[in-house]
Amino acid sequence: MSSPLLQRRLIFITGKGGVGKSTVARALAGVAARRGMRTIVADINGAGDQHEHQLAPNLSSLSIDPQSAMEEYLSLKVGGTAGQILGQSRMFSAFAMATPGMRELLSLGKIWELAQPQRRAPDAEPYDLTVVDAPASGHGAALLRTPRTFAQITKVGPVASQANAIAQTLADREFTAIVAVAVPEDLAVTETVELDEALQRERLNLDLVVLNKRHPDRFDEREREQLRGWDPIRAPAARLALAADLRARSEAEQAARLEERFGERLRSLPFLFEPLIGAAGLQRLGEVLAL
Amino acid sequence: MSVAEILEGKSVVVCAGSGGVGKTTAAAAVALGMAARGATVAVVTIDPAKRLAGALGLDMLDNEPRRIDSRRLAGVTMKGELWAMMLDPKRTFDDLIDSVAPTPGRAAEIKANRIYDQLSTAVAGSQEFTAVSKLYELSQSGRFDLIVLDTPPARNALDFFDAPARLEAFLEGGALKALLRPTTIGMRLFAKGATPILGALRRVTGVDVTTDLATFFALLGGMTDSFGTRARHVDVLLHAQTTGFLLVTSPEAGPTDDAIKFRATLADGRLPFSGAVVNRVHPPVTLTDSPLPDVDPALAQKLAKTLAEYGVLAARDAANVTRLRAALGDAPLLLVPEFEDDLNDVHGLVRIHRELFR
Repeated sequence: MSSPLLQRRLIFITGKGGVGKSTVARALAGVAARRGMRTIVADINGAGDQHEHQLAPNLSSLSIDPQSAMEEYLSLKVGGTAGQILGQSRMFSAFAMATPGMRELLSLGKIWELAQPQRRAPDAEPYDLTVVDAPASGHGAALLRTPRTFAQITKVGPVASQANAIAQTLADREFTAIVAVAVPEDLAVTETVELDEALQRERLNLDLVVLNKRHPDRFDEREREQLRGWDPIRAPAARLALAADLRARSEAEQAARLEERFGERLRSLPFLFEPLIGAAGLQRLGEVLAL
Repeated sequence: MSVAEILEGKSVVVCAGSGGVGKTTAAAAVALGMAARGATVAVVTIDPAKRLAGALGLDMLDNEPRRIDSRRLAGVTMKGELWAMMLDPKRTFDDLIDSVAPTPGRAAEIKANRIYDQLSTAVAGSQEFTAVSKLYELSQSGRFDLIVLDTPPARNALDFFDAPARLEAFLEGGALKALLRPTTIGMRLFAKGATPILGALRRVTGVDVTTDLATFFALLGGMTDSFGTRARHVDVLLHAQTTGFLLVTSPEAGPTDDAIKFRATLADGRLPFSGAVVNRVHPPVTLTDSPLPDVDPALAQKLAKTLAEYGVLAARDAANVTRLRAALGDAPLLLVPEFEDDLNDVHGLVRIHRELFR
């Protein structure tokens, strides 16, 4: 890595659906907060009320809603009569929300604002670290591509300069890190490789790949032989152990694909055998990530 | 209960659920089972695993259903026909423009427009829009007894319904037309407010984009009504009694929450719900066996650990399935067990299909 993860101001977490993006985002934000950094975890599901909620000392969360992001943007950037007219115009709002990419650009604009050392929002304290629980790979890559596309289409005007500023921030590896989460399964690994290729085409880089939910690999060849010798009907324990071992073999194969491509940029997280990953589990994962 | 009973009388099945729960494979397995029982079935997948696509002979991206050679499906007796296609959003969008444009020349002009290019390739929204568009087209063709639609991965199930509507709203361009074409009725209605809005819009967006948009909507011209009509037909199709939504989930806490929310979304939208499939369930294991012979302590310890870990997952799954069952009421719930190996090939497809059509 060009600089350690927690030295950046902005970290995007993406990856295939179901691989544990939110868990990784929370684990990473948690470890940063415990180390004294003022940290916020943001998602763009828009379910929230656009308020920064304090979760723990130094740790807040925010669910970004494009509509509120737009209102904030208009009042900050346009201001005056024009800003008021647009902010109150349902017609304009319907149009802006329907414009492809506009929701993404507005959400990214808010993320960019959160990550600034001097924030634009009135009375807002700066954060040392903003962790974005981003959408799944395909949509995530599209999200990261949005500012450049907008800058190209609009060319001039405030949207173009804002989009350019965001695009530059995303490409700045001292400032921004992009993290892909994968699980050791064929589909997820393939999607990670495709994401890496898609980002490279946008001149962006994966700073870290997190191989999540790696099951234990505990049986050696001699034990395997012994397990195979038992009648699986009479010894369900042996059957489960062989199944677990088969999984471990298949996971090793997938992990090797990632190791080959990402080398030093790969971190492995163990599968946590818990019904729901709690604070202790998150802390354990966070410490591995912050190494 | 078998999927065959659940889908009795249905001609469209939409497989929905959060990402990473095996939706694509489930959709393909449902289609396979129904085809094996004698129906002519098309499965529309969004982004299938390369190995599955390759094994089925779906490597060609021509955006039309291809008949699957049943010899590829070892061990399945095929009474009907299985067709499959991989959705190409850009291509579907282009086809749509071709079909509604008054002349080929106009279609070509639209396709060359920068705004159109952005619109048809933006991942967010275009997959959802083109998926329902393709579904409607295939359903209109009358070629299939059943169409199974896999939906794009989304954290929020609502996206699937919102995204097409958003894009249609844009294509219909009601608000913008009113702003840009001062001669329309819309403009007269908004006359008082529109001039400062247009001025402000230019200030915020920059002039270029307004001009591009104006050109784009001028090109679309009378076609926007076609989009509106189409959207209404799709809406009728999705709400029809011959359509069924099949929820696909895994027994983990997050996807279970999503599935419960999704069920509520369907109910709110009065969309027909057929049932749920829970993938990758760890069935409970009863250990009645006598102690294993000649186990050295190290191996015994490892076995105990493996068993304890499995027990945690089996208990977790049982609790989430109970929760889901309570939320779904009487609706059918099918459980597919966890298999130890990756199942993204034909072998896995056939195995999951066996579980669904017991």
